[in-house]
Amino acid sequence: MVRDALHIVLVDDDEDDRDFFREAIEEIDMDTTLSMFVNGQEFLDHITIPNQKLPQIVFLDLNMPIKNGLECLKEIKENNLLEKLSVAIYSTSSSEEDIERTFVLGANVYINKPNSFKKLKKAVEEVLKVNWQYHTSNLNKENFLLRV
Amino acid sequence: MKLYLKYDINKTFKSVLEEQLNKLEISYQINGLGEVEFMESVSIEKMKELTTLLSIYGISIVNDHKTQMVQKIKDLITEAINSNEKVTTNFSTYIAENLGYSYAYLSSLFSKTTYTSIENYIIITKVDKVKELITAQHLTLTEVAHQLGYSSVAHLSGQFKKTTGLTPTLFQKIIKQRKKLG
Repeated sequence: MVRDALHIVLVDDDEDDRDFFREAIEEIDMDTTLSMFVNGQEFLDHITIPNQKLPQIVFLDLNMPIKNGLECLKEIKENNLLEKLSVAIYSTSSSEEDIERTFVLGANVYINKPNSFKKLKKAVEEVLKVNWQYHTSNLNKENFLLRV
Repeated sequence: MKLYLKYDINKTFKSVLEEQLNKLEISYQINGLGEVEFMESVSIEKMKELTTLLSIYGISIVNDHKTQMVQKIKDLITEAINSNEKVTTNFSTYIAENLGYSYAYLSSLFSKTTYTSIENYIIITKVDKVKELITAQHLTLTEVAHQLGYSSVAHLSGQFKKTTGLTPTLFQKIIKQRKKLG
């Protein structure tokens, strides 16, 4: 059986973090494609082009200029066409308040940006694999919450 | 009188496909010619219906053995966990007997195609059921543990935390607040 490539998006204004993330994705043994954007607005502009092929999951940094992760999350959740898109918050903040608030607003995953490459790879891999199950099985996506 | 027609076969194929798919009332996406992606899980009945609808136009569904086996394994697990009877099934025997293949073969096939193992898939499905029972049906953790065959509430909570990163209580709180917002 040929598994379809998993289409992933990262929205992060920090260039180093983007490079770090891309390297992690490349090292994970899964067939993936990655697109990256530097802020929420850029991503939303791209994704709302008609007939755009949607990613399965978007990793959103919280703290970004122009449109931050929280605003972007709200807009994704208000858009019916983006209903199937899983949202992973990818942030340096580990405040319980941020975690709870983003989950309540509809995020599916919360990842604290890890301080080592090894941990990042492990965290992203776990998220992608669990997300895969939600996209390919009869699980209730409304209850898809994962904190890594 | 003779009529000469000019046609675009790709366009014809796509229109026929769309017309038939729309009858099923399932959300889908056509990923280029020859590939359709369903945005939700599709019942066996609907797949049969689609097969019939498309066969009239000479279109057949390519479905390999492995994909089908994996789907059957998932269906057996989901069915066992969602039945209202207490879950005590020995899954490996249950799956192997139902499908008529050795568990070792099925297990290896499953892992190769799903990015997870059968054991882990059972845990994910069970935790998914726990989520439903504690949020939609408001059962207590003691009741849920009993129904789903966990040895204790501690075992259930431990597996829940390990699988989701959240405690069952925090999970309940988040879903409750989401509903207030929505």
